[in-house]
Amino acid sequence: MPLPEILLGLLWIGVTAYVLFGGADFGGGVWDLLAGGAERGARQRALVEHAIGPVWEANHVWLIFVIVLAWTGVPSVFAAVASTLYIPLTLTALGIIARGSAFAFRKASTLLWQRRLFGAAFAFSSVVTPFFLGTVAGAIASGRVPPGIAEGDLAASWLNPTSLVSGALAVGTAAYLAAVYLTRDAQRAGDAGLAAAFRRRALAAGVVVGGLSAVGLVVLRADAPRLFDRLTTGAALPLLALSVAAGVVSLALLAWTRAFLAVRVTAALAVVGLLWGWGVGQYPRLLPGVTLREAAATDAVLAATLGALAVGAVLLVPSLVWLYATFQRGDGQGEGESGDAGAFPRAENNS
Amino acid sequence: MDVLVADAVNPHNLMAARLQMALSLGWHIIVACLGVGMPAITLIAEWRGHRTGDPHVQLLARRWAKAMGVLFAVGAVSGTILSFEMGLLWPGLMGTYGEVIGLPFALEGIAFFIEAIFLGIYLYAWDRLPPVPHLLSGIPIVIAGVASAFFVVTANAWMQQPTGFDTREGRVTAVEPWAAMFNPATPPQTVHMILAAFMVAGFSMAAVYAVAMLRGRRDRYHRVGFLIPFTVAAVITPVQIGVGDWAAHFVAENQPVKLAAMEGVFETERGVPLHLGGVAVDGELRYALEIPYGLSLLAHWDPNAEIAGLNEVPTAEHPPVNVVHWAFQVMVGLGFALLALVAWQWWAWWRRRDLPRSPWFLRAAALAGAAAVVALEAGWTVTEVGRQPWLVYGVMRTSEAVNPAPGLVYGFAGVAAVYAVLTVATVYVLRRMAREKPVPVAPQERDVSDYKVV
Ligand code: HDD
Ligand code: HEM
Ligand code: HEM
Repeated sequence: MPLPEILLGLLWIGVTAYVLFGGADFGGGVWDLLAGGAERGARQRALVEHAIGPVWEANHVWLIFVIVLAWTGVPSVFAAVASTLYIPLTLTALGIIARGSAFAFRKASTLLWQRRLFGAAFAFSSVVTPFFLGTVAGAIASGRVPPGIAEGDLAASWLNPTSLVSGALAVGTAAYLAAVYLTRDAQRAGDAGLAAAFRRRALAAGVVVGGLSAVGLVVLRADAPRLFDRLTTGAALPLLALSVAAGVVSLALLAWTRAFLAVRVTAALAVVGLLWGWGVGQYPRLLPGVTLREAAATDAVLAATLGALAVGAVLLVPSLVWLYATFQRGDGQGEGESGDAGAFPRAENNS
Repeated sequence: MDVLVADAVNPHNLMAARLQMALSLGWHIIVACLGVGMPAITLIAEWRGHRTGDPHVQLLARRWAKAMGVLFAVGAVSGTILSFEMGLLWPGLMGTYGEVIGLPFALEGIAFFIEAIFLGIYLYAWDRLPPVPHLLSGIPIVIAGVASAFFVVTANAWMQQPTGFDTREGRVTAVEPWAAMFNPATPPQTVHMILAAFMVAGFSMAAVYAVAMLRGRRDRYHRVGFLIPFTVAAVITPVQIGVGDWAAHFVAENQPVKLAAMEGVFETERGVPLHLGGVAVDGELRYALEIPYGLSLLAHWDPNAEIAGLNEVPTAEHPPVNVVHWAFQVMVGLGFALLALVAWQWWAWWRRRDLPRSPWFLRAAALAGAAAVVALEAGWTVTEVGRQPWLVYGVMRTSEAVNPAPGLVYGFAGVAAVYAVLTVATVYVLRRMAREKPVPVAPQERDVSDYKVV
């Protein structure tokens, strides 16, 4: 495969990983927000905090990876997107600051009012940040970012039907993925009550996301006919079908079984299908009138970057596996002296 | 500012963008320095605690690790904003030259991953791993932190000495990414920066315990807490002054306009004196203390060497002279002040194997952390403001790169407000952590539920 395509593929893998991992961390914040009063929501919040704590920084790096690959691989497209969409992107950036720091501050604070204050900042920014990122996706998908610097409409580019639907879809997807992952975490921690609570939330979020996706297709048809055609008749159709099928299967599994590990896989597949469907549907056109080949960096840059990433992957992949394995495996032994489950108060589990 | 008026595309936008960049970089760099320096210092403490079994040292390592958890989170998010801002504020730079400096940033991305992954393991698996593997899991954090500092500064060095690319009609036609990364400014700038990070971390951590000792808490815990970071900083300070000299020679050779601004030299002459203090007014440096032949000697090892003055280039291409001149004086002055402090401590240690007895030593040490931070900020001011009006030296002006979309001023206001809150919250949380008595067993995991007072 030629270098620009490989780089774009990697970039899209980065986007996918960010949605699947980082997105779920945002979703954790959404459930934190909806968990209710300090007393009632304590167990849910503790589970969320416990699940996100060790991994969120690593998950967050996917976003940086995507940004950096974008300006390296397709610099003019990066500049066009960043300059036209600077309002939602600035808001995203502020949301990221508020969320990450509030999460760390909450962990380090002991007084209730502090934990409440930082918790509120964390939860609120977890909802708005994916929304703004979603509007950015919608702006690109509906071809509202023209090439050139700040050539697009600063407001209409991201305040339009496609952007709004994709913003909502981003929040919904984050919440759905988080609920699915947390159901399994709670199950593994042996907390049936909490698992049932998150299972209900996962079901509700799944139905909402399914509905939003359907609305999204209708909006796309009016707003971005080319992408709609590719999704419904063209090369992207199999991916869309995969997404729908996986979504239906995961809802069924959630409703009628306790196979929460399997739901993790099908839920992730549903999201992957949607993302790659969009990617394939849009390829090779990145912006209106700009194809990948026109925008791609010189081969020397692409080769050097890909080479560096290949070497980096040799270090990264085993490290990432070790990270996730350490904390997923740890949960199984959580009852023992390793005490990792200490993060959430087990004593009240029978309530 | 003269520069801004000369090529005003949209002066408010340009001003807002520069202020926003300066604020977010200036903020991030402090946390970043702690992120580079603290893991090594914490590992030293953990290792000594493991070797000697001294509970005080073990406790110090845990408390530092806990503070590191907060600082890394804040560093990660404030750094993310920077990578957004590269596009939001300077699309002209990234759209054209993004691919030229992309390689170091991609490498930096890998370093960030390693840093974040092992930080998660180091902090959260403290009680789950045996001591030696746990210590080892900290080493990648140190390496990746230093590496990420190296990579990002190579990108900045490229803006000082752009090499490794060809352009035709404003489009980049050929790039040698490795040549761009290893440009001539890379060696002195990266070394100087990495050492600065260790100085900032060492002096700031030591300052916390200097304050406690001034308040009368002179037990072993506080003494060791002072000595470990202070020793790290003390070893590095003399080296840093040598490296600073290297950086200055480099500027003298390669960026004569910046050197002239640093020293307030307007006319090209031989046998130029070194200027201490002074203000540039109407194309002349006034009220400065002159050390005859000093500058020629220092910059070129020859008392009669010629120094190019600012007037070699049009006024529109002068950087803001007073800012650069004073920032340089402040950095060098603080560098020597810190060296004096370190010498005092070495001397007392050599005589009596103890800290100097005078309370003035502790008072000075309590200020050393802030002094190192100010030197750091001053150094960046020299580098970045001294490069003006160029963003990429001799290639692209700052005003050509800025985002022309209206309303950047509001973005700046929002960012400034968020950073104000963030500053207050960070300082507050860290101070509380420093005061807290009960100490969690693992730095992150058990802190919520079960405390164990050691
Ligand atoms: C000392 C050297 C240094 C310098 C000059 C900079 N940084 Fe930085 N940066 C670090 C040293 C560092 C670090 C110590 O490696 C951090 C701090 C905390 C952390 O996790 O990594 C970091 C974090 C950090 C992150 C978040 C990484 C993560 O999630 O872990 C990003 C995206 C950036 N930086 C980007 C930048 C950009 C775009 C800069 C300049 C324009 C910049 N940094 C200057
Ligand atoms: C890869 C590293 C860096 C890049 C790409 C970079 C890029 C830039 C850019 C685009 C600007 C705006 C133009 C200007 O007004 O000068 C700027 C300004 C500035 N940067 Fe850097 N910078 C880097 C590193 C740093 C770091 C680490 C600091 C640390 C504090 C720093 C300090 C500043 C300051 C203070 C300004 C404002 C200068 C002014 O107001 O004139 N820079 N930098
Ligand atoms: C006392 C002797 C020192 C000298 C002669 C010196 C010299 C210099 C020079 C000439 C530059 C500009 C480099 C350029 O524009 O390319 C610089 C930059 C800088 N200085 Fe210093 N410096 C000294 C001490 C310090 C200290 C004590 C610190 C911090 C603790 C520090 C931190 C920095 C930083 C962060 C920069 C900007 C980035 C870089 O070039 O790495 N310097 N210094």
